[in-house]
Amino acid sequence: MQQIVSVKGLTKQFKNLTAVNNLSFSVNEGDVYGFLGQNGAGKSTSIRMMLTLIEPSSGQIELFGMDLARHRREILRNVGAVIEKPDVYKYLSAYENLELFARLSGIKPSKKILMDQLEMVGLAGRANDRVKTFSQGMKQRLGIGIALVHNPQLIVLDEPTNGLDPQGIADIRNLILHLSRDLKKTIVVSSHLLSEIEQVATRVLIIDKGQKLVEGNAAELFDPAQTIVELQTMDNAFALTQLKASPWSAYLQAQRNTAILLKLNRTEIPSLHSDLAAMQIQLLSLQPRHSLEDFFLQITSGNQHVDTYTN
Amino acid sequence: MRSFLFIVALLISYSSIQAQDMTALVTKVKAKLDQVNDYEAEGNMKTDVSFIKAPIGKVKVYFKKPNKFRLKKEGGISLLPKGGVSVNMSTIITTSDFVALAAGEAVIDGFKTKIVKLLPSNEASEIVITTLYIDEPNLLVRKAITTTKENGTYEMQMSYGAYANYGLPQKVVFSFNTKDYKLPKGITLEFDDNEKPLSEAQKLKNKKGRVEITYSNYVVNKGIADSFFK
Amino acid sequence: MWTLIQIELYKIFRRPRTYIAFIAVAALIIIIQFGLKLDGKSYADFLMKDIGGTMEIDGNILNGYLICYIMLQLLLVHVPLLVALIAADMISGEANMGTLRLLISKPFSRTELLLAKFFASTVYTLLLLVWLAILALFLSMWIFGTGDMFLMKSSYVVLLSENDVFWRYTGAFVFAALAMVTVAALGFFLSIFAENSIGPIVATMSVIVFFTILSTLNIPIFNALKPYLFTTHMISWKEFFDIQVNDANEAIVGSIQHPQKIVNSALVLVLHIIGFVGGSIWIFKKKDVLS
Repeated sequence: MQQIVSVKGLTKQFKNLTAVNNLSFSVNEGDVYGFLGQNGAGKSTSIRMMLTLIEPSSGQIELFGMDLARHRREILRNVGAVIEKPDVYKYLSAYENLELFARLSGIKPSKKILMDQLEMVGLAGRANDRVKTFSQGMKQRLGIGIALVHNPQLIVLDEPTNGLDPQGIADIRNLILHLSRDLKKTIVVSSHLLSEIEQVATRVLIIDKGQKLVEGNAAELFDPAQTIVELQTMDNAFALTQLKASPWSAYLQAQRNTAILLKLNRTEIPSLHSDLAAMQIQLLSLQPRHSLEDFFLQITSGNQHVDTYTN
Repeated sequence: MRSFLFIVALLISYSSIQAQDMTALVTKVKAKLDQVNDYEAEGNMKTDVSFIKAPIGKVKVYFKKPNKFRLKKEGGISLLPKGGVSVNMSTIITTSDFVALAAGEAVIDGFKTKIVKLLPSNEASEIVITTLYIDEPNLLVRKAITTTKENGTYEMQMSYGAYANYGLPQKVVFSFNTKDYKLPKGITLEFDDNEKPLSEAQKLKNKKGRVEITYSNYVVNKGIADSFFK
Repeated sequence: MWTLIQIELYKIFRRPRTYIAFIAVAALIIIIQFGLKLDGKSYADFLMKDIGGTMEIDGNILNGYLICYIMLQLLLVHVPLLVALIAADMISGEANMGTLRLLISKPFSRTELLLAKFFASTVYTLLLLVWLAILALFLSMWIFGTGDMFLMKSSYVVLLSENDVFWRYTGAFVFAALAMVTVAALGFFLSIFAENSIGPIVATMSVIVFFTILSTLNIPIFNALKPYLFTTHMISWKEFFDIQVNDANEAIVGSIQHPQKIVNSALVLVLHIIGFVGGSIWIFKKKDVLS
């Protein structure tokens, strides 16, 4: 499976704020990649760096296996994006906007292609109306239409449901599923709402304060039975070496100086416990933490401090 | 130019010539000029006034007895000495008496001339004095100097060619004094303050203005409608 | 690149704002022409007041050529506002509308985008001047006729032969276009710093008004500054209407008194344009788009 996005050590330093701090992640072909985080967590900055709106302070971004800085033009021809609000030219009609951005993306679409596109986002009936007269939901759909008009491989949607009513949110969700399942697009979608991501994403990245918290398959991450277990031992370094050499290495999540984290199903805790004993790891404590959902809700629902995990 | 003909023609016709020897001469000159009922002529006009930058322009001049005159410049705009025509003309017409005095002789352009001073008897006349330099053998006015009350002194110098028989000059040089010309930069909207180069500044100090008309083509006594001069 | 230019032009000419300038210019010119047509006599008399006390002007000085000059003199002070209205909005307007981020994420380099945008604002500026020429020159020529052109300068007057005027207008309009493109370049440069269009428009006008006042003030301490202010050079179009005289003080038809001044001013303006546009590209290339 081709890696569509590969981000390594991405950092963006604004004057006295590190918006994105040493972030690495990758998106595979066909993924609906959910980018979760609170407002201000660094989602938008990361996405803007992927679209060359913001220059990274350091780190590397590769799209379609090419370096973004060097192959910008080739890459962006294959990317469609809605960045925050779906702003378009209000004095132009939906059709004119679509045509204009199609040409900017390097294609000369026929009238039929444009109308089909508008049909897909449910705006065919309003094709010749000025965008000025559109509702937020219609603008959002037009924005997605614009992102799709040049048939890109990768679609980046930054907070696509912001400001939409429940029907609008549902429309966008269905559109994303349609793009992924029927048109086999790779999609990166960001949100600060877990509920939106968990219904569409195949893989999820959670970031906070510019750093990665968790990355993984949505099915696993959102499995209510999945738990993060925190171990404290007499000698964490020894324990880690032992665990890495054991079948448990696949469960290792991240580690802190004082603790080792493993993600596993609750039913696996007894066998972990006995294996630790067998490996002669002297256990001080074994503590199941919240499920990921609880964990994320904890992050997103308030300003409560959350320990930062590092890889 | 227009000034010239009016001064000469009208002045001669209307002045009562008191100085005996000069009256005869002036009358003869007048008679010669009287052959011309009307004419039209083409010419080139050159304006040489320190503060005026004007190219040589083509003019057409029309005249009809006794005092109708019109100067048409190609392109429509001409710069002429103030009062050069109207003041002289009107004053001379309305005043009847002049005193013509002999004032010696002079050589103008190699021609011997008699100097005749014409003084209007009328106190109200705009013209203070006119001096004519008359070439007696040819009955041609070679030079005329007119001093007016309002508009200073004008000098006309004439040279003659093919139409000397009619007393019509080939070239008239009109000289007069000019005053300063200056407009505030605020009015003319000039921002730059570049002073003019020295040579030009020098040129601008020359306070004598000249208008020169060289005639190339006369059409005499072919008739011109009065309405043309309206 | 060509696509970008087409799109930028399309955007400019689809906006109602663009036509404000054309309507404003037309309204002003037609009002002046209407006024002069109705009551030109008294205005002409005012102009034809004797010059220097010793000369008088004979003929119809208020022809199409002079009227165009008067209007250019008045309008070219205000046209910068109309130019800024579009040029200073080129980037900031997109930032304000939120379309800039979408534009930047398209497969064009920022340099190409800026050049296309500047080119489009230049086309707008030139069209505005063509419009100005049609109305102020050709319409005036049609309404008021042509003839010699009589001009009063601060220390002398100039009389240009009828057949020696039109080419000067051609030169003057080309020069005025250069001056207005300089304004466009300034507005364009300022527009990369803002996320609303009012700021750069006001800033552009402020710079021009401020510099123009410095250019106009006749205070020695500021005089040294004048050659360095681009506003001083913006009015060099007038130099086309000054004629050289020979030693006999005859104006030489087809000559210009200070051709070097025109060339110098044009160079200064071109350098400003290069500076502003180059500066825009240099800064904008590194700018993070956060709008």
